[in-house]
Amino acid sequence: MTVAEGPFETQAAVAERPAWTPTQMAWRRFRRHKMAMFGACLLIGIILYVIGGAFVLSEEYANRNDLSITLSPPSREHPFGTDGTGRDILARTIYGGQISILIGLCAVVVSVTVGVVVGAIAGYYGGVIDAILMRFTEAMFNIPQLFLLIVLAKFLSGKIPTFELLGRSFSGSVIVIIGVIGVTSWMYLARIVRAQFLALKEWEFVTAARCVGVRNFGLIFRHILPNSIAPIVVSATLGVASAILNEAYVSFLGLGVQAPTATWGNMLDQAYHHLDTEPWMWFFPGMLILLTVLSINFLGDGLRDALDPRAVV
Amino acid sequence: MTRYIIRRLLQGILLLLIISVILFALTNAMGDPLASFGGRRRIRSSDRERLTRQLGLDKPVLVQYAVWLIGNDWMDVDVDGDGLPEAKGTRRGILRGDWGNSFMEKRPVNEIIAERLPNTLLLMLTCEVVIILLSLAIGMYSAIRQYSLFDHVFTGLSFIGYSMPIFWLALILMFVFAVYFKKWGLPIYFPTVGKYDLTVGPTVLQVAWHMVLPVATISIMSIASYSRYIRSCMLEVIGQDYIRTARSKGLTEGVILARHAFKNAALPLVTIVGMDLPLLLGGAVVTESIFAWPGMGRLFWNAAQDTDIPVLMGVMTLISAAVVVFQIITDMTYTFLDPRIRYD
Repeated sequence: MTVAEGPFETQAAVAERPAWTPTQMAWRRFRRHKMAMFGACLLIGIILYVIGGAFVLSEEYANRNDLSITLSPPSREHPFGTDGTGRDILARTIYGGQISILIGLCAVVVSVTVGVVVGAIAGYYGGVIDAILMRFTEAMFNIPQLFLLIVLAKFLSGKIPTFELLGRSFSGSVIVIIGVIGVTSWMYLARIVRAQFLALKEWEFVTAARCVGVRNFGLIFRHILPNSIAPIVVSATLGVASAILNEAYVSFLGLGVQAPTATWGNMLDQAYHHLDTEPWMWFFPGMLILLTVLSINFLGDGLRDALDPRAVV
Repeated sequence: MTRYIIRRLLQGILLLLIISVILFALTNAMGDPLASFGGRRRIRSSDRERLTRQLGLDKPVLVQYAVWLIGNDWMDVDVDGDGLPEAKGTRRGILRGDWGNSFMEKRPVNEIIAERLPNTLLLMLTCEVVIILLSLAIGMYSAIRQYSLFDHVFTGLSFIGYSMPIFWLALILMFVFAVYFKKWGLPIYFPTVGKYDLTVGPTVLQVAWHMVLPVATISIMSIASYSRYIRSCMLEVIGQDYIRTARSKGLTEGVILARHAFKNAALPLVTIVGMDLPLLLGGAVVTESIFAWPGMGRLFWNAAQDTDIPVLMGVMTLISAAVVVFQIITDMTYTFLDPRIRYD
């Protein structure tokens, strides 16, 4: 028995209809959440834009310089205008969006992996291991994240060469940024997971599993972890939003992904110099970041209400 | 209580030591501090060797950390950079108040930080006042008029507010209030860079005028999340029994809100302000850079570009220490404000 007793069962038992599975109940709650549905639709729209757009405009076109049309305002041929080397901003927001969203997702995979492993080990084993891991977590937590991002991004910049994947070449800085954002944002999740483990490991189902001979590894990952999945999913979802924002900050400071690979963040790094004369250069990428982050935040809020009704915001 | 405070302080000191080790390891791996020494010229390799020895950069990182922490007046150092240690060092270490000398500016880090700190404090304290007043007002009003038009509009706005990259918000504000106001020929438009107009000098009016846009940028971001927080606290408080009791005693709605609900709803604000205040000190890296505000954030960013290790360490240690100290102060304030909470 790996599913803990919770409000799901009691609510379902009260109602006089075939019992709903927790997933069905969560989906019902999610569907009723207007903002979450709005966020989901908006996010699907943005994903269609960055993936569908790639079929209309080629990446080669997005990276092509045309010095005869530098800094031209939005027009029929270039609906979002062109940048300092005559590249089409519309096409670059499409390919930049792919990279930005990719960075957001991969960085969250890194941070969730680190956070879950640290939190799980600390919470499960307790004692000295817990004390050491949590002091380290606390230390990392107390350093402002932007400082860590800047220091690490500078530390690792230029250390990974350009590589090919799926027929596209990626600047090695993509990996650096993913790693840097990942290792600077796992602390909050580690604390949540630890708290979950501290509570769950005292439950009977854990004792039962231990009695039938399940080892520590199995207890941690097969029995306790699945029961603390709700807060992890919620914090991972919101993590994608903050990773996209962090990419934008690092890129804005010029430490992000290097050209010609576009991201929404690095399209903004020269923005300051074009503040008053070429507003289209910074308006569109920024707007797309805003819309994406907004939709993910709505989605995360809805997921929290749907998956984890007991959570205190 | 005293025992609790002492325990927290000891934990705080241990935490700061761990933080400083992490920071020192990272900053030392950041890059070559000598790269920007010669300005635009490349420095000669003989000079490079001499400087490396004089600055003690040839020593193992652990020794460098020890020098940073407790100074080097107990060991022989290489003063002239010929490879042979000849005299006792003069560094006293951060524990004895010597933060080291900036590589770029060749003067003590404490001096540099002391110049920048007032500017950052001025900006941040103004922000904090604006943030607290406005988010209390918005949050409480949205809670009282839950699901009204006002509530819905501000719910939407706050989501937009904290989904925005702060620099983009800064750019939009600059574009509208500086560039466009000027273009439309409005009599007032806001300056976008610096602390005061160099031709006028640092008068109170000038500084206040230059603070409008940076303060607005930072405040909008924080008000977005704080006001939501206040709203949910207020909603929780309004639903409690003692509020119903107050109502049934016949108190007016105004008295109930101002005297009974406000106090408990505003309490949690102490926690988030206490936790965010030190982060604001450093979190303004981007904002200060955009608005060219001569504060600590910008100092940090410039030092990061030049790999000026002593300055970086100074700024980061100061802010981490502020975070740790403020956490303790916040918890203490909380027991004072809310007698229901006890630490033993």
